[in-house]
Amino acid sequence: MVWTAITVAHVVPFIAAGIVLFLVQPLALPVSLASFAHAWVIPELYAQRGANVVRVGGGRFIRAPADAEARSVGLLGDLVGHEARALHAQTGLVLERGRLGAWLVGPAGALLVRPGGRRVACYCVGVNDPALPSGDRIAHLLLALRADEEGFATVANLAFSGARWRVRRRLAPIMRPALDAGVAAARRLDTRAMP
Amino acid sequence: MSRLIRMDQSGHTTLAQWTADDPEAVEAAVATFREELDRGYFAMVSTGEGQAEQVRELPVGAELVIMRLPISGG
Repeated sequence: MVWTAITVAHVVPFIAAGIVLFLVQPLALPVSLASFAHAWVIPELYAQRGANVVRVGGGRFIRAPADAEARSVGLLGDLVGHEARALHAQTGLVLERGRLGAWLVGPAGALLVRPGGRRVACYCVGVNDPALPSGDRIAHLLLALRADEEGFATVANLAFSGARWRVRRRLAPIMRPALDAGVAAARRLDTRAMP
Repeated sequence: MSRLIRMDQSGHTTLAQWTADDPEAVEAAVATFREELDRGYFAMVSTGEGQAEQVRELPVGAELVIMRLPISGG
């Protein structure tokens, strides 16, 4: 709700200013359009920040040798079911159903699709060893999440929370099927059991 | 055969293997387990589908005990 309020607080004044400017002085149309652009861009920047939590690369990690990567993915595969294993192979994210919603866990963060599938929270969280292979990074987060879901969400930094469509647009195309799977899983969750 | 593994830069390393009826192997596994805890690792055991538990003592009956590093917000 706080994030929704923040978005509204950014969007409404810019839209209102754009309308008022145009009504007062139609020649100020370019300024009005700039104001509308601000109303659009600011939430998009927040959503980009959210989607970045599952972005791979960017020089944050040291690339692990191929054999270490394969071993880590093998261990990760032992921890999850067939469906999550296949999704990870396709998208790089692991789907994990929890009490708070459906999680999509990546090497340096996780997306939480809230029950109902309309809202997504983006958490920046990881393990402080840049040389770990990506499978191990995910396994670290997955085990921590399974042991204490609410603790995990508390330790992690909330980078963005908002509409699913905003996050989906900003995800790498290869990761979008993971979000779709997370939304499908979140829709099946019982919202009455939600803390 | 139970295994104690540590997630590390090699993917993972098997630190100890034991069976409950082999006291020497259990003792060696417990010693290794404590060393890893002292190094700052957390010990995790799967307790069912989608569930895990952090343990402070080596669960001798567990099939797989995984040592992981702490996580932090980025």
